[in-house]
Amino acid sequence: MTVATIRYIDAINSALAGEMKRDDSVIVLGEDVTLGGPFGATKGLSEEFGDDRVINTPIAEGTVMGLAAGAAMLGARPILEVMFIDFITLAMDQLVNHAAKLHYMTGGQAVVPLTIRALCGAGGGFGAHHSQSLEAWFLHVPGLKVVAPSNPADAAGLLRSAVRDNNPVLFLEHRGLYWRKAEVTEDAIPVPLGMASVARQGGDLTIVAVSKMVEVALAAADDLSDSGIEAEVIDLRSIVPLDREAILASVRRTGRLVVVHEAVTFGGIGAEIAAMAQEHAFAHLVAPVQRVGAPFAPVPASVELEKIFVPGPDDVIAAARRTMTAEGVR
Amino acid sequence: MLPDLRPDLLVEYLRRMLVIRRFEEGLIKLAEGRDIGHFHVYIGQESTGVPALALLEDGDLTFTTHRNHGHLLARGVDPAAMYAEILGKATGTNGGKGGTLHLASAEHGFPTTSAVTGGCIPLATGAAFGFSRLGRDRVSVCLMGDGALEEGAWHESANIAAMESLPIIFLCENNSLEALGQKANEYPSSTMAASPLTELAAVFGMESVAIDGADSGVVHDTMAAAVVKARSGDGPIFIEARTVRWPGNRPLWPQLLTGETDLTMAWDESAIPEEHGRWHRAEDGLLAYIRGLLAAGYVDERTVTDIDAGVREKMSAGVQFALDSPYPDPEAALSGVFG
Repeated sequence: MTVATIRYIDAINSALAGEMKRDDSVIVLGEDVTLGGPFGATKGLSEEFGDDRVINTPIAEGTVMGLAAGAAMLGARPILEVMFIDFITLAMDQLVNHAAKLHYMTGGQAVVPLTIRALCGAGGGFGAHHSQSLEAWFLHVPGLKVVAPSNPADAAGLLRSAVRDNNPVLFLEHRGLYWRKAEVTEDAIPVPLGMASVARQGGDLTIVAVSKMVEVALAAADDLSDSGIEAEVIDLRSIVPLDREAILASVRRTGRLVVVHEAVTFGGIGAEIAAMAQEHAFAHLVAPVQRVGAPFAPVPASVELEKIFVPGPDDVIAAARRTMTAEGVR
Repeated sequence: MLPDLRPDLLVEYLRRMLVIRRFEEGLIKLAEGRDIGHFHVYIGQESTGVPALALLEDGDLTFTTHRNHGHLLARGVDPAAMYAEILGKATGTNGGKGGTLHLASAEHGFPTTSAVTGGCIPLATGAAFGFSRLGRDRVSVCLMGDGALEEGAWHESANIAAMESLPIIFLCENNSLEALGQKANEYPSSTMAASPLTELAAVFGMESVAIDGADSGVVHDTMAAAVVKARSGDGPIFIEARTVRWPGNRPLWPQLLTGETDLTMAWDESAIPEEHGRWHRAEDGLLAYIRGLLAAGYVDERTVTDIDAGVREKMSAGVQFALDSPYPDPEAALSGVFG
């Protein structure tokens, strides 16, 4: 097994190629995918697999979501690229009312093995229509799975599992991670959906983070370590299914929890995780759960304002310190 | 005009039309005093659905809309399982988890019903896309009402179907003639600037035709040509089948305003009541079909009433089966969220 140092975007590209090679029913659709998409995630696929399996679609997100779901019901395994997750608003009916519910509504007659790759996240001053983190909308929809890899190995491994899954899986790629490099085994091993990973071990507090916020949490943990606070950083990887046990086991050990995501804090996944912690680990908590996320505002375009919007290590450190000084609150 | 088919097949079409008519009439009675949700009946459109869908083969798919009962029955779905589904019973087509608005029967070519106006158009187009990519010579039929043309999904799907030359037939049943509303008695009654509605397909370079949906012969001929065209890879077609809205569809819930259809009205003028006389004389495609069969000498009055009696018996048994069937186990509410 060869190990190579590759970028997150290349890991996605090679996982796409690997799944297309492994299974003839895998097809790739999206706007400009034959050209590689906006950043090159689908580069070379058209040349390797032909226009029958790599299909440029019209700019018609709603119908194309249904097109992919309809083909999936017939036994194809479409991988649909939604160029920016902001555009998924145009496809909500087909995704939420149809793809997500078809298996249940038909009493199990239909299966929809559909993977939806969507670019998410702020950075670089793209503004409010190309920068959002919208994962919280989808975890509220029974029938959808949602994953958000934080590194190249998980990007490849989760994508492979998503394609092989028999459900619609929303695969969230953070644009700001595209050029991050890490070691990946060439024939990436599928990472099971629904399994968090421990990105850093520590016994003083638990930081649960997702997507690009994992590196922010790790940077914060390094800094905290300098002052003698050892944080455990859990990389969610999957949002649905959520690895409840991994989170709760860590919280029961540390008694302190900080949840970090780039999405708006209010109504975000941090609220769900905080609720879960108090429901199932209340006796172990020694401090109020802290949430770190974006303020309640659209993503600003100005790079300087964007810095205020996106959580950084300092925000995580401050939240961690709040849990440390709140000892005895309860 | 009757379809140019063997008399025994034409009599079989009559039986299917009666299955639909009696199923819907039975349902309206069954629904009285029961919470089965909002439902829509196919009365008055049997002369479109039966000849059109009879031309499909195994593996051809039909995606349908809220007015779906007639479509499933036309392709042979068991009426008892449909009654059971509508009552939310475990023996229903979807195990009670779909209801009237989401009836599905994969083995009869019904992957799902969408209750969102235009909701099935992208899925039907996707199935056609799947047939085309997977190299299967099957046809996808998108059954829709005229209101679905107001949705963006129509325009996006029509564009893709035409560009990719997909094997899909958009069968738009416009039952809105005489519909209520500000545009009653006008054409089209949809909230639509385009007229005729066929323009909405023609603009994409798609073959597009409007027919009289009450004329089973025209429906047969048009659909037969469409199936051949789609199956041979010559691309999509849009068919607007115009029918007159059944008076009982006017209230929020359908009501038997014209009573249980008295088939003697097909051959005995004195049986036609004054109220809704025009409907019975000129607009009901089922009665027109029976008159056609009688005129051609393919059936006599006795044959018609015998077939009808058999159908009614089957519908009564179906209702009883549904009433006697158990509700799903409570665990079923939480199972099957994921596949």
